[in-house]
Amino acid sequence: MRYVPHTKEEIKAMLEAVGLRNVDELFSDIPTEALLKRHLQVEGGWDEEQLRAYFRKAASGIPDANSAVYFLGGGVYDHYVPSAVDKIIALPEFYTAYTPYQAEISQGTLQAMFEYQSLICELTGMEVANGSLYDGASAAAEAVLMVMRINGKRRVVVSECVHPDIIEVLRTYQLGQDFEILTLPQKEGLTDLSELEDLSNVSCLVMQNPNYYGFLESMNQASELIHKAGGLFVAAVDPLSLGILKSPHEYGADVVVGEGQSLGNHMSCGGPHFGFFATKMDYIRYMPGRMAGQTVDVDGRVGYVLTLQTREQHIRREKATSNITSNHWLMALASAVYLSLMGGSLPELGQTILNRSTYLAQKLASVGYPLWQRQYFFKEFPIKAHDAEAVQEALADSGYYVGPVIDEHTLLVAVTEKRTKEHMDKLIELMEGLR
Amino acid sequence: MMNSRKGTLPLLKELHKTGRRGPQVPVSGLEDRPVSEILPKEFLREEPLSMPELSEVEVVRHFVNLSNLNYGVDNGFYPLGSCTMKYNPKINEEVAAWFQDIHPALPEGRVQALLELLYTFQQDLLEITGMDAITLQPAAGAHGELTSLLMAKAYFKDHGLLEKDTVIIPDSAHGTNPASATMAGFKVVTVKSDEEGLVDLEQLKTLVDDHTAVFMLTNPNTLGKFEKNILDIAQLIHGVGGLMYCDGANLNGMLGWARPGDMGFDFVHLNLHKTFSTPHGGGGPGSGPVAVKKALEPYLPKPVLVKAEDEDGSYHWDYDRPRSIGKVRSNFGNILVALKALAYIKSLGGAGLREVGTMAVLNANYMRVAMEDTLPTAYPGLCKHEYVATAEEVKKRYGVKAQDIAKRLLDKGFHAPTMYFPLIVKEALMIEPTETETKENLDAFVQAIREIVEEAATNPDAVLSAPHDTPVRRLDEVKANKELKVRW
Repeated sequence: MRYVPHTKEEIKAMLEAVGLRNVDELFSDIPTEALLKRHLQVEGGWDEEQLRAYFRKAASGIPDANSAVYFLGGGVYDHYVPSAVDKIIALPEFYTAYTPYQAEISQGTLQAMFEYQSLICELTGMEVANGSLYDGASAAAEAVLMVMRINGKRRVVVSECVHPDIIEVLRTYQLGQDFEILTLPQKEGLTDLSELEDLSNVSCLVMQNPNYYGFLESMNQASELIHKAGGLFVAAVDPLSLGILKSPHEYGADVVVGEGQSLGNHMSCGGPHFGFFATKMDYIRYMPGRMAGQTVDVDGRVGYVLTLQTREQHIRREKATSNITSNHWLMALASAVYLSLMGGSLPELGQTILNRSTYLAQKLASVGYPLWQRQYFFKEFPIKAHDAEAVQEALADSGYYVGPVIDEHTLLVAVTEKRTKEHMDKLIELMEGLR
Repeated sequence: MMNSRKGTLPLLKELHKTGRRGPQVPVSGLEDRPVSEILPKEFLREEPLSMPELSEVEVVRHFVNLSNLNYGVDNGFYPLGSCTMKYNPKINEEVAAWFQDIHPALPEGRVQALLELLYTFQQDLLEITGMDAITLQPAAGAHGELTSLLMAKAYFKDHGLLEKDTVIIPDSAHGTNPASATMAGFKVVTVKSDEEGLVDLEQLKTLVDDHTAVFMLTNPNTLGKFEKNILDIAQLIHGVGGLMYCDGANLNGMLGWARPGDMGFDFVHLNLHKTFSTPHGGGGPGSGPVAVKKALEPYLPKPVLVKAEDEDGSYHWDYDRPRSIGKVRSNFGNILVALKALAYIKSLGGAGLREVGTMAVLNANYMRVAMEDTLPTAYPGLCKHEYVATAEEVKKRYGVKAQDIAKRLLDKGFHAPTMYFPLIVKEALMIEPTETETKENLDAFVQAIREIVEEAATNPDAVLSAPHDTPVRRLDEVKANKELKVRW
C-alpha cells in the first residue's frame, strides 16, 4: 500500500525541474560508505485487508475490558468513557493538527486548552494549570524539579506509599540533577509522617491520595508538617476522586499532579495517557510545559495564544524550565470533553464508586479475603490472599481480572463505575470457590 | 473544516445551567448510601465543586464548533518544517483502537499476541535505524533525548569517566537538545555551522576534548542538509571516547537510503509522530523510542521486552537490568501510538519505506528550486526532506517579514511553514512538504508565495495586516503575557 501520490510522469518532470537524471542523485550528498546498498529487510507492503487480518488476529486473543471483567488497578482503571469523548477526539481538525504555532488557525485547540486548564483548576482548587505533561509519574518528577527551582533546596522527601513508578521515575531523573531523595516508610498502609518532624532544609514532600494501596492519607497533617519544615507540598491525586474527596487546595497543596487516564481516556495498554499539573499563580513562571492564555486580536475579538513561551526550550534552550515540547494534548482534550459531559455528575460518580468498592471489600472479607490493613479507601483496596498470584491466575481463567499483585500474599482490587453488583457477586462467588 | 465564523466561542462555563446533566452515570444495582456514612468528614470535600453542567448535545456542538476553528493535515497542505506533517492513514487508527481497552497489568501470559506485535515493531525499527537494541518507553522526541543522555551519564559513570561532562550541540539544533542536556546535568557547548550549513568541522576540532561526553547531531540537519562529514565527525568524537547521538526528527529525509547506525551514531531517537505517520494530536501524544548500539544496551530503561530463547519463544518484560537507568515514565510506553506506527510500517514494507524517503526528498527539492527566484534558500544546493528559505531580501526591500508572509499564507488556505527557525537563518521559513503531497499542491503553494512577494511590492499593507480571512486575526501576545489570563 502506498500513500505517495506521484505518477511516473510527474516524477520525471520533477526530477527534470531539479536538474537531476534519476532519484539516486537526490542522495548524492550521502557518503557512499554510509549509503544502504540494499532494501530494508522489513516485511510489509500489505493492503488494508491484510493489515486488518494481522491486527485482528493479535487482538482477538487478548482478554480486554470488552471480553473480560476487570477489577484491575494500580494506576490504570477500567472507567466509563462516554461515546461522545471518542467521537470528539477523532475529529480530524483536532487530531491531525500540531502544536498551535499559528494561533489564527488553531483557535479550536487553543480555546479547548484554556478550558482544559480552567477545568483542572476547578477540580483541584488550584490557581493555574498547564496544557498537560506525558503522564502522572513524569508530572510528579517535573513537579519536584520545579519546586527545587523555586526554593533552591535539594532535599526531596517522598512517601513510600506513592505509586512505585513515581519513585522510580524520580530516581531516573535524579541521575541528571544533584539532589537527595529521602523516603517516608509505610506503616499500616499509610505514610508514616513521624520522621518528617525531624527533617530540615527540605525542598518538598511528595504524597499521593488515595495512595498506591488505595488508602486515604492524612493530607492535612502532611501539609502542615512539610510547611512547618519550610518545604512545599506536592500532591498526586486521582482526579476522579475529587467529586467527593477533599480538594488539594483544601489541605494546602502547593503543586498538584496526577495521572489523567481516569478522565475519559482508555487504558490503551498503559499509554498514551496524560499527566496534569497545577499550582499557584506565584509559581507560574517556573512551570514546565505549554499553556494557553486569553487575549484579543487586532479587531478586539477574544482569542487565545500560547503564552509565557519564554519559559520554553524553543526560546530559552539550555535555560528552559523543561525540555518538554510535544505533550499529551489529545488525551488532555479527551479529559476536557469528559469533564464537560460528566463534571456535574462527579459527586454522584464518586459516591457510587465508593459504595461499590465498600460493598465488594466487605463481601470479600466475609469469604476469607480481608483487607490488608484496616484503612479508609475510595475505589481500590488491597486484600490478603494465601497465594496472590494463584488467585489472580485462577480468576483469569474465568475471565475475571484482579491485581496488580503487591506481594506473595497481597493484591489490589479496583472497582470502577463500570462494575455492577452482578459482576461483584460473581467475583465473590469465584473467589469463595478458591478457598 | 474552516468556516467563515468570526471569533472564538462562548466558554463552557457560560453555557452552564445548574442541574443540567450529560450522560448517565452507569447503574450498579446497589442502594447507594451517602458518602458521609462511609467516610469520616476529614476526608471529604467541603468547598463546592464548580464544574460546568451541560447536556451532551451542547458539549458535542461546542467541541465540533471549536474543531471548525482549527486546521489539520486533513484540511490541507501543512508544510511545517521539522514536524513532518504527512498524511495520517485512517486504517492505522482503526486497527490500533482494537487494543485500547487492554489494561497494562494483565499477566504476561495473557498478552503474548500484543508483545509479539511490539517485538516485531522493535525489530523493524532496529533494521530501519541499523541499531542493536531499543526501548519504546519515551513519550516524545524530547523525552527520548533525555532518556539517551541519562543513559550516557550512566555509561560514563560505569566506565569511571567522570570528566565527561559536556555535550556539544550545533547552533542549528532544535531547542530541545540543549534543554535535555541541561536536565541530564551536562554542560552545553555550541558549535557553529559553516557556510554550507553544516557542522563547522574545524571549530568542532577545537571544542572536542576529554570532557566531551556526547555530540548531539540532527541528521539530516534542520537546514535539510545531510551532514556529509558525518564519518569524520564520528571518528573525532569516538577518538576522545565520546558518544554520537542522532536526533532522529529528520529520519524521513534518508528513510530507506541511509541508517544512523551505519554512519557512526551510538544512539538515535525516533519520532513516531513524524516519520511513521502517527497523528500529532494538536501537540501530542508523540512517541520517542530510543535505539542504541550494543555498548549502551545495559543502560536502557527497564523493563526491556525480550524474547525467550527456548523453543516456545515467549515474550517477557525483563526487569532484571542492574545497570538500567530505571523507568522514565509509567507502564511500557505509548503503546497505541506504537501500534499505529507498526500498521504504517506493515503497509509499506522495506521498498515502500524507501519510496517514502525518495518522494519526501524529491518534493522538497522540487519546491526549493521552484521558489529560488522568489524566496531563496539560505544554504543553496541539494536538500533532503526540507529546506530553509529566507525572506531577508523581501524584508529589506518592502518591510515585509517572514511572519507576515506566513500569516498571508493562512488567507490562501495553507498552513504556514515553521518561522524563525533555525535561529542561524535571518527571516527563516522552514518548509517540509513531505512525500504525501501532490505536485499540484506544491505548485499551488509556490504560486501563493510568488503572489505574496508580488503583493509585498505593490500593496505591502495587505501582507503586513494579514491574516484577514481566519476566525481571528493577529493576536496580542504581549497582552497575553502581561495580563496572564490562563483560566476562567
